[in-house]
Amino acid sequence: MLRQIEGSRAVAETVALCRPEVVCAYPISPQTHIIEAVGAMVKEGTLAPCEYINVESEFAAMSVAIGASATGARSYTATASQGLLYMIEAVYNAAGLGLPIVMTLANRAIGAPINIWNDHSDAMAVRDSGWIQLFAETNQEAADLHVQAFRLAEELSVPVMVCMDGFILTHAVEGVDILDQATVDAFLPPYEPRQVLDPADPVSIGAMVGPEAFEEVRYLAHLRQLDALERIPVIATEFEELTGRASGGLVRAYRTEDAEIIIVALGSVLGTIKDAVDIRRELGERVGVVGITSFRPFPGDAVREALSGASQIVVLEKAFSVGFGGVLSTDVAMSMQGEQYVMRNVVAGLGGRSITRRALEALIADAVRGDLPALTFLDLDHDAVDRERDRMAKTRRSGPSAENLLRDRGALSSSYPRSES
Amino acid sequence: MTTQPVHFYQIGSFAVGNRLLSDDERTVQSSPNRANSIDSGHRACQGCGEALGARYALDAAMRSSGGQIVAVNATGCLEVFSTPYPETSWRIPWLHSLFGNAPAVATGVAAALRVKGLHDVRVVAQAGDGGTVDIGFGCLSGMFERNDDVLFICYDNEGYMNTGVQRSAATPPAARTATTDVVGPEPGNVFGQGKDLPRIAMARDIPYVATATVADLHDLEQKVERAMSMRGARYLHVLVPCPLGWGSASSETIHIARLAKETGLFPVFEAHNGVVTDVAKIRRQVPVQEYLSIQRRYAHLFGKKPRPDIVARIQTIADQNIARYGLVEPASSDQEVHV
Repeated sequence: MLRQIEGSRAVAETVALCRPEVVCAYPISPQTHIIEAVGAMVKEGTLAPCEYINVESEFAAMSVAIGASATGARSYTATASQGLLYMIEAVYNAAGLGLPIVMTLANRAIGAPINIWNDHSDAMAVRDSGWIQLFAETNQEAADLHVQAFRLAEELSVPVMVCMDGFILTHAVEGVDILDQATVDAFLPPYEPRQVLDPADPVSIGAMVGPEAFEEVRYLAHLRQLDALERIPVIATEFEELTGRASGGLVRAYRTEDAEIIIVALGSVLGTIKDAVDIRRELGERVGVVGITSFRPFPGDAVREALSGASQIVVLEKAFSVGFGGVLSTDVAMSMQGEQYVMRNVVAGLGGRSITRRALEALIADAVRGDLPALTFLDLDHDAVDRERDRMAKTRRSGPSAENLLRDRGALSSSYPRSES
Repeated sequence: MTTQPVHFYQIGSFAVGNRLLSDDERTVQSSPNRANSIDSGHRACQGCGEALGARYALDAAMRSSGGQIVAVNATGCLEVFSTPYPETSWRIPWLHSLFGNAPAVATGVAAALRVKGLHDVRVVAQAGDGGTVDIGFGCLSGMFERNDDVLFICYDNEGYMNTGVQRSAATPPAARTATTDVVGPEPGNVFGQGKDLPRIAMARDIPYVATATVADLHDLEQKVERAMSMRGARYLHVLVPCPLGWGSASSETIHIARLAKETGLFPVFEAHNGVVTDVAKIRRQVPVQEYLSIQRRYAHLFGKKPRPDIVARIQTIADQNIARYGLVEPASSDQEVHV
């Protein structure tokens, strides 16, 4: 049923339709509304049977999910940013043990400086953890991806992270069609674990493995992710046949048929990019968009196919590897080996900075003129950066850069100016 | 069932020999039907107190649950020596996740069993002292606070033995570890630090807290069975001497554990809902020197430059324990002095 609903609420209601048996809750913005709503459904009895555990940290949240999943229960949690980093040891462990936990990641920047707003630094920090990472473009897709995530995770015994942009999606109220229970039940069979803690058939899970077999165990995890590359489109197709909605899949192309320039991105910014592309198309510029839904496993072949024919590829990403540059762009470049093209990397939207259609139009114009440098930071205030560099050069104790920049931009009271002696 | 004939003799150890007990009071280890939860062939050191404690504790838990337990293990000696690839010593369902999360993983197992209606299957979580009092403390605290249905057993060998004998918050004062070297004016571990986990656990008012040592395995088994008869968060702290880390002879493990109790350095007691309900009295009080001098981790207190001052400070700790828990029976009630 189509309803005007907050993204978090849509996800919570959809997760409940997936009949999770153990849900672990620890608050962190901007995912908190999801876990609050699930908690209320458990407490009022509309989601049952389900154990809702209020834990003392994100590390405990993922650890409880590990124990529950290894005991054969469908397990779910949600986190963001610092919370994901706090649980990172358990995040790797869940993947290493092959436990099909599903987690929502409400993408948020990582401090310091502390910042609650959206970017993709958190997801990138765990891209090598062995989790499948799916990025939602809209709230409808975020909701739908959770149903597909449980199916995919349990088929392959691999944990799945559904990434949705913090605030931009989680807190946006828009029309979302929430599935009904019968449809979800038809799509998502009960969880049949591949390994389970059962006194009738005891197994040791999490045994120590030395050099004699470690590489094989890790390679098997890689193969399961490659299996996911096969299964993700199949599951998306089945979902579409059942619901009539195209959600998920590996990559999605928009107006790329004859495109000379293709912009590649993850998540909700794709909507703004499409608007900008529509406008530039009216000016006769041959520009298109490729959105990547499955970031891990990375669909190299599908990306290559979607980008073939473009002479310039602009990878726009809300994260970067400090001291190097783009993360997504590296993966795209690896997929495009042997092709003739120019790659441009744009880092944008860090810590929630708005990525406006106007800025993207200008970016496309630059790309058309061939003026885009190899690495651009969209809307960066170079003057403010230069002034801080000057302060640092002049004074040894120049103070915390974050505070200095806030004062520089007038966002902080300058009643106690630091002397520039 | 084969049983050994009863011989009425006793070595001079104050140990109650198994053979003096009736069949149903005998240790589960004397039964051919014991579970062998942790089977022979594992790679623990000779004289390992933890392997002994775990064997008795888990088989007792298996007996009292009718073979229906799931074990969760923190990283540490017990995990490493029991599961060298491709072997495992575990004949019970067993899950190892990480060093610091065993209590939370156990919470997850308990939640899954509850949601599936498997009320007869019980959860036992185990960790060394590092995994309990240090890196696992946050998760343990959460498990206690929620009163999750888990029996958590800490096998306390007073340091990080698996990584090469480093200090933990359970390492006693003056003890030599690789990170509290015997140099400087205050050799070994410092005084006035460390966490007394049984008392912290009692402060949570959880249903059951008990301590035990591998010197009295009947007592350990009985405490496990008592814990298994209850629901909610239960905590059992077992002193398990480590020949490698303590610098003691492999044959001395039981003896040293007994001396820890008989000196008063390791009080053996049990508590229900935060209140101490039973204390194992000291049967023959011994000075701490007798306990310390047979462990090389304390050799710097007795060598060419002995440190009786430090030994005296350790004796003070033992005396404080004796006073706090009433570990020594007054000789006779009419000798008590009322002021």
